[in-house]
Amino acid sequence: MGAYLVRRFGLMLLTLFGISLIIFVLLRLVPGNIVDILFDSAGMVNPADKARIEQELGLDRSLPMQYAAWIGGMVQGDLGFSYVSEKSAWAEIGPRIPVSARLAGTALLFAIAIGVPLGVISAVRQNSALDYALRVMSLSGLSVPSFWLGLLVLMAFVALFGAMPIYTQESRTWTEAILLVLVPAATVGFRSSALIMRLTRSAMLEVLRQDYIRTAHAKGAYPRAVNYRHALRNAMLPVVTVIGMEAAFLAGGLIVTETVFNIPGLARFLVESIRNRDYPIVQNLVMLIAFLVVTINFVVDLMYAALDPRIRVGG
Amino acid sequence: MARPLDLARRFPLGAVGAVIMVVFVGAAICADVVAPFSPLTTNPALSLARPDALHPFGADAMGRDILSRILHGARISLAVGIFSTMIGALFGVTIGIASGFIGGWFDLVVQRLTDILQALPVLVLALVMSAALGPSLPNTIIAISIPLIPYVSRVIRANTLALRELAFVESAEATGMTRWRIAIRHILPNTLAPLIVIATAQLGSTILTEASLSFLGLGVPEPYPSWGRMLSDSAAEYMRTAPWLVIFPGLAISLAVFGTNMLGDALRDLLDPRQRS
Repeated sequence: MGAYLVRRFGLMLLTLFGISLIIFVLLRLVPGNIVDILFDSAGMVNPADKARIEQELGLDRSLPMQYAAWIGGMVQGDLGFSYVSEKSAWAEIGPRIPVSARLAGTALLFAIAIGVPLGVISAVRQNSALDYALRVMSLSGLSVPSFWLGLLVLMAFVALFGAMPIYTQESRTWTEAILLVLVPAATVGFRSSALIMRLTRSAMLEVLRQDYIRTAHAKGAYPRAVNYRHALRNAMLPVVTVIGMEAAFLAGGLIVTETVFNIPGLARFLVESIRNRDYPIVQNLVMLIAFLVVTINFVVDLMYAALDPRIRVGG
Repeated sequence: MARPLDLARRFPLGAVGAVIMVVFVGAAICADVVAPFSPLTTNPALSLARPDALHPFGADAMGRDILSRILHGARISLAVGIFSTMIGALFGVTIGIASGFIGGWFDLVVQRLTDILQALPVLVLALVMSAALGPSLPNTIIAISIPLIPYVSRVIRANTLALRELAFVESAEATGMTRWRIAIRHILPNTLAPLIVIATAQLGSTILTEASLSFLGLGVPEPYPSWGRMLSDSAAEYMRTAPWLVIFPGLAISLAVFGTNMLGDALRDLLDPRQRS
């Protein structure tokens, strides 16, 4: 177990190192840096000024030097500063974390609360009309782009209440607070709930065919007890993996949803920073996302062992 | 092979998906003939025109016919979807078979590289890629195909490892066939089924990724009538006054992805015996 943890941890570091290299190189491929953009929009070209600003930002140094400065700073807790706002990257990223985390957490809870029970029902009633309806519903959940769903929700708000929910940091009332997080969260979580439902269904179908389920029925256990206590518990293994992966991959859904609902979170900030060529912000945000993904994958692997005693980690 | 009608009876949802896809592919191919207007001609008099008999889906802020733009948009969506899936599949299969067949340090390096690429959500990677390459149609295709490669290569590698243990591969080795010949003659044809399954499943997600990128303004640039682009800033702006700007392009995306998903599900049930119930 100890050796496994060390090896896994080493691989995580290796993956993060690879991501940092890829992101660093990709961003430097972009034609034109922030200074070019500033000067283009200002319309003045004084090469001396330009060179001075490039020097201030460290853009005149060689790429390996710039990379070393970034990683060296990160190790010491210094993320650099935003080219656009000139605030420290941490001051820009930090306050946005709770906004996105709350949204992602609510979305995931929504997805699990909808996906798991509906998946169980769909499997227990396999090939019934209800099963077909639920399957079509989950397929459409995977097909509808979440930004369109968000736009439709906003349009519904306009039609029903004559106004759009505008995100504010301090919500005035309880209902408003719930509405402002719950509605965008449901929009993001809809896709994940469809995925979780599909997976729960197929995992349940697999388990329901096993002998011990027939035994449980034969000894007269309540069908509900068989479905939830005997079957679901054993079907959860692949579902947990997908929930873990979705938790990390919600970032993709957040990007468009935060943009649609004008929520000042990390994901919308990433898009803005990419547009502005704000390298320090993009680099650090991408690393943060990658860090979350590898950490969650790691936790899911450990949970595997806890959920299924047959799996011996590192054995 | 069973006849189409029998297949349709066994997989009703898959048949619906196939019909939807045929309609979209038909629209993409015949857009020039079917579309009532040019997707690019602007007409100030028609700005934000309501849907009517002449313009069943209305017109956008620049007075362009939305139905015609959606029909032409099918070209962009399907072209990006199909080409990026093909590029992703081509590299994924080559790398997957090589990795599973050669093994050793090569496999190890490839596995670490796929770990790295898979540590970022598809949209995040595609977003950064697309920004790095600059907005254009070919660059969007590349940006979307690269996140696909690790997914395909993982599946194909696992399949190759399983195939290597089978008797027919062992007997081919015993007869003195070269490894390359075994890989091409025996392994490759047997990866076709999982490849078709994963490619159709991914086709829908590539269409969605393209729509998201274009929606964010980092995908297919103007003047191409991309569905995602049609929904970007302008649509949100006119959402109150001209809801048809939002409804129809989104419907097109959802239907196209729904079609590929249903088709993909049916193909998986048909081609993957382990999933058969």
